[in-house]
Amino acid sequence: MTRSERFIDTFFKYDVMQQYWPDILKGLFVTCQIAVLVVIFGLALGLGLAILRCYRVRLVNFCIIIFIDMLRALPPLVLILILYFGLPNIGITLSGYLVLWLVLTLVLAAFAEEIFWAGILSVPQGQWQAARSTGMGYFQTLIYVVLPQAIRMTIAPLTNRTIAITKNTALGMVIGVGELLNQATTAQSFAGNATPLMMATIAYFILFIPVVYAGRRIEQAFAWRKR
Amino acid sequence: MEQFLFQFFNLDIMIHAWPIMLRGFGMTLLLCAVVIPMGLVGGLLVALASTTPQRWIRWPTAVLVDLFRAVPPLALLIFISAGLPFAGIRLSPFTAVCLSFLLNNSAYYGEIYRAGIDSIGTGQSEAARSTGLNAFQSMAYVVLPQAVRNVLPDLVSNTIEVVKLTSLASVVAFSELLYSADMARSITYNASPIVMAAGFYLVLLWPAVRLASRLERKLST
Repeated sequence: MTRSERFIDTFFKYDVMQQYWPDILKGLFVTCQIAVLVVIFGLALGLGLAILRCYRVRLVNFCIIIFIDMLRALPPLVLILILYFGLPNIGITLSGYLVLWLVLTLVLAAFAEEIFWAGILSVPQGQWQAARSTGMGYFQTLIYVVLPQAIRMTIAPLTNRTIAITKNTALGMVIGVGELLNQATTAQSFAGNATPLMMATIAYFILFIPVVYAGRRIEQAFAWRKR
Repeated sequence: MEQFLFQFFNLDIMIHAWPIMLRGFGMTLLLCAVVIPMGLVGGLLVALASTTPQRWIRWPTAVLVDLFRAVPPLALLIFISAGLPFAGIRLSPFTAVCLSFLLNNSAYYGEIYRAGIDSIGTGQSEAARSTGLNAFQSMAYVVLPQAVRNVLPDLVSNTIEVVKLTSLASVVAFSELLYSADMARSITYNASPIVMAAGFYLVLLWPAVRLASRLERKLST
């Protein structure tokens, strides 16, 4: 066998592809499903916390800050293992799917809160005062005047962070969630061939390259003006 | 409540696990000491390659960066440690982790440096060149110092991410902090060692996280 034949036989073997593509597709579907659920709930929770933080209740804000700092400092895999292996011992059994979703949602919420909060702070005080003086309440000012401006500023960092956290769905492999990487490693060990891993890699390309590319465009569109 | 404390904050188990946790923590620090400088240097090279005027360097770099940013780090690590052996390339867990981190982190750090370089107007490098500095000197002494200052918060928060990512090495049986903790967990059937590992990560990273959010806020106002 020549070198290139051997390469193709290792990473692009047709028989293996044909046998395992339904599994890979199933995994891709699960990955997409978790990703969408994490993005929706994570961003919503993050925005909710940022709004809550605007009311500047000291105790509440202290709790929020502790929460986001811990989730920013801990590797998601650590949280996943604690919940997945620890909770059953005290009588709470969550499926791997649920644990993965919960941890990634909380992590995204923490990062999103921080980004939204920075955005809210960057809206000049005059905007608040002007809106309040027209007779709007605090909440109305926040929703109709401040947040629309704040969110525009947060879009670029938020997109990048969301992509990075969504890719962590691959961690589901460690606790047996049937997502893309898990399907691929399982198929690889059955087939005794690296083709399924290559298929998963390509599936990740297909899934994330458009998102990464869009993120880059958004970043350029919202970049600071050059000095 | 007692049950909860027993399962998550079991002092006996923690004391027993202490020596192997400490060794694991040492390995995590070692891993960080290797992969962070590698990523910083690799990223700088990527950034220089993606800002050169030569199109035949710039385009392939951009494509590679996007490819490595699109693949989850764990998938890349598994590919290198479980896929490459089929092609006859067998790496030790440590080498596999370093290689996958080099590829992944260079892409991320590279994007950050590039954003920094882009934020410096061309006037700066033109002025530097006109004083007689060559292209390398103007990049090294004029553009980069300002660029790095502009993106310092991103560099810090990406470094935090890298430290957190080292926990992935546990999946390929490299005996760092999380791997040691998980071993202790599977022997004791108790989650306390992992909570302990979380404690180590918090001690290591909490100050860094505080620093990162302070830097972010300072520059944004």
